Amino acid sequence: MTSSTPVLRCDEPILIVDGLTKRYGWKTALSEVSFSVAPGTCLLIVGPNGAGKTTLLRILAGLTRPTAGTISWFGHAHQVVPVEVRARLGVVTHRTMLDPDLTVAENLFYYARLYRVAEPSVRVREVAELVDVVDRLHERVRQLSRGLQQRVALARAFLHRPDVLLLDEPDTGLDRASRERLRALLDRYRERGGTVLLTTHAHEFGLEVATWALYLDRGRVVWTAADPTQVRAQLTGTDIPVVPV
Amino acid sequence: MAKRSSGLSWLAVLGGTSFVLVALSVAMIFLYAPADATQGDVQRLFYLHLPAAWLAYVSFFIIFVSSIAFLLRGTPFWDRLARSAAELGFIFTTLVLLTGSIWGRPIWGTWWTWDARLTTTLILWFIYLGYFLLRAYITDPERGARYAAVLGIVGFVDIPIIHMSVRWWRTLHPQPIVVRSEGPNMPTEMLVTMLVTLVAFIVLYLFLLIVKYRIETVRDAVLELRAETAN
Amino acid sequence: MWGQLLAILYRDLLSEWRAREVVIGMLVMALLTLLVFNFAFDLTGAQRAASGSGAFWVAVVFATLLGLGRMTARERQDGAWEGLVLAPVERSVIYVAKLLSMVLFVAIVELVALVVLAALFDLPVLRPGVLVVLALGTVGLCALGTLFSVMTAQAKAREVLLPALLFPLAIPVVIGGVRAMMLELSGAGAEAAPWKSLLGGFAVLFGALSVLTFGVVVEE
Repeated sequence: MTSSTPVLRCDEPILIVDGLTKRYGWKTALSEVSFSVAPGTCLLIVGPNGAGKTTLLRILAGLTRPTAGTISWFGHAHQVVPVEVRARLGVVTHRTMLDPDLTVAENLFYYARLYRVAEPSVRVREVAELVDVVDRLHERVRQLSRGLQQRVALARAFLHRPDVLLLDEPDTGLDRASRERLRALLDRYRERGGTVLLTTHAHEFGLEVATWALYLDRGRVVWTAADPTQVRAQLTGTDIPVVPV
Repeated sequence: MAKRSSGLSWLAVLGGTSFVLVALSVAMIFLYAPADATQGDVQRLFYLHLPAAWLAYVSFFIIFVSSIAFLLRGTPFWDRLARSAAELGFIFTTLVLLTGSIWGRPIWGTWWTWDARLTTTLILWFIYLGYFLLRAYITDPERGARYAAVLGIVGFVDIPIIHMSVRWWRTLHPQPIVVRSEGPNMPTEMLVTMLVTLVAFIVLYLFLLIVKYRIETVRDAVLELRAETAN
Repeated sequence: MWGQLLAILYRDLLSEWRAREVVIGMLVMALLTLLVFNFAFDLTGAQRAASGSGAFWVAVVFATLLGLGRMTARERQDGAWEGLVLAPVERSVIYVAKLLSMVLFVAIVELVALVVLAALFDLPVLRPGVLVVLALGTVGLCALGTLFSVMTAQAKAREVLLPALLFPLAIPVVIGGVRAMMLELSGAGAEAAPWKSLLGGFAVLFGALSVLTFGVVVEE
């Protein structure tokens, strides 16, 4: 997706996580989590509340450091997520990361400049069209509904054409139409070679986009499923409710 | 097992030596050194006051070095060393302030004087306090160690500047009480007592530092164990 | 790099301009502090250069602490800070941008406080010497303050921890700032030179140290 960085061979994992552990005082959020992600796949990280899904994503994105273990993005191990890697990640969390007092356009322009996007005005328009917020570009974020704000947050993540998307429960609070839109977006994104890691609490949505999955419980990887059918089989066997959309 | 028991005995020797030295220095303070001509017996507090002051500042220097090393290397050893030195340093700083105050009361008639060195030590006490508060409020051990290291570096670099500004503040405003911690000529007995006490306290400090370090290591291990079994 | 710096600065200032939360709060704090000081000490007597300078700097420190706290709280509310940390921006650039916006806010508050000081307490504050003292002291105070505000950003810690860390370490700024301002106000500006060098040195030293260590404290 980005032209300036070396392209990994197809069989090289885009991400290797080894022995990741995260502790807060005497509470363990993650314990010896290890897995690797192949490019172009969509990894579903699923598990009950408090399993450590959000903590895992935050560490991968570089928002917090692990207590132990290593992460290798694009083939290079590091303690701290370096600038070059951050430029290739698109992250969506529970919070919108938007300034409520600025307009949608101002927010997107701000991030476009932070990510050094070429031709920011063109690109801002493009992502606004992608999530269908063009008519709201000059409204302050504070005035938008929660669902619309989430769409803008998603647009923000796409601005710099990231190689990897890290999405934390992107489907929460979305209505059916928005979920469809999101799924279509992710499908198209993966068709172009993007990799997705997403967490979800419990939803059919995750099942439909995932190519593989891992199940976290109390910080540990309980099982992994290598393909969509395995994913479905495993998930219906657990006590996580699979709510049809 | 054999290795561990020999380690224990080495530490025990150090502990025993420090005990002997401290006992010796106490004896010298009260029996060997003469009473001060002008200040009387209260002056004997000075033998404790000076080594405590040195150790209070040396402790922060240890924190400084450990903080840099921790940020560069990341090994838990440096963080534990910083924690241990911080606790000892805080105790000794409190000791300096207390002995200074108790010593000052009969001499100057007040419990406190804004003498440059004492003031800087008071500020040092607050910096130590801030250091502990920072560590206490942050539950994430990795983050707490990192932040404390930054504070350790910034704090230590600031201490000479604080001292300089306090001293200028004092000298440009003549103070009513001039503090003389040592007379123009100190009798040899006093000097020797001073040196012995200083050495005794340095040895005691080393012993306490190592013991404290071991306690911190065990504490870390227990925390880790507890975290693993909680899952 | 400059583009990113300007983008952050522009966003921070625009956001504050729209919301006007932080600066107003700081102004109120500073002016109230001056008011209270007037009842606590004699700010109109012959010693007013000294007590006026003292009151002024206490007001500035309190206002800065409040401002730092509000700024940090605001950007963490909707995750704007996270968005910044996630972006491919050098940590030193983030630091300088935050420092500059904070200095600007404090400067605004200081100018208003100066006018109040001049009007209510008949002090000749609008001298270049005074402004130099303010500039140097403010940069030093905000340099450390910006670093510590990130370290103490968690809600539980912020209100207690930020003052606990900043007060003792910023003492040279208070001592130097008050002494230098006092000398400037009494017309003895030349004697203020060593204090000004102290303030300037402090600003440079801790600005540099903070730039170096900011990357360490940015991640949670």
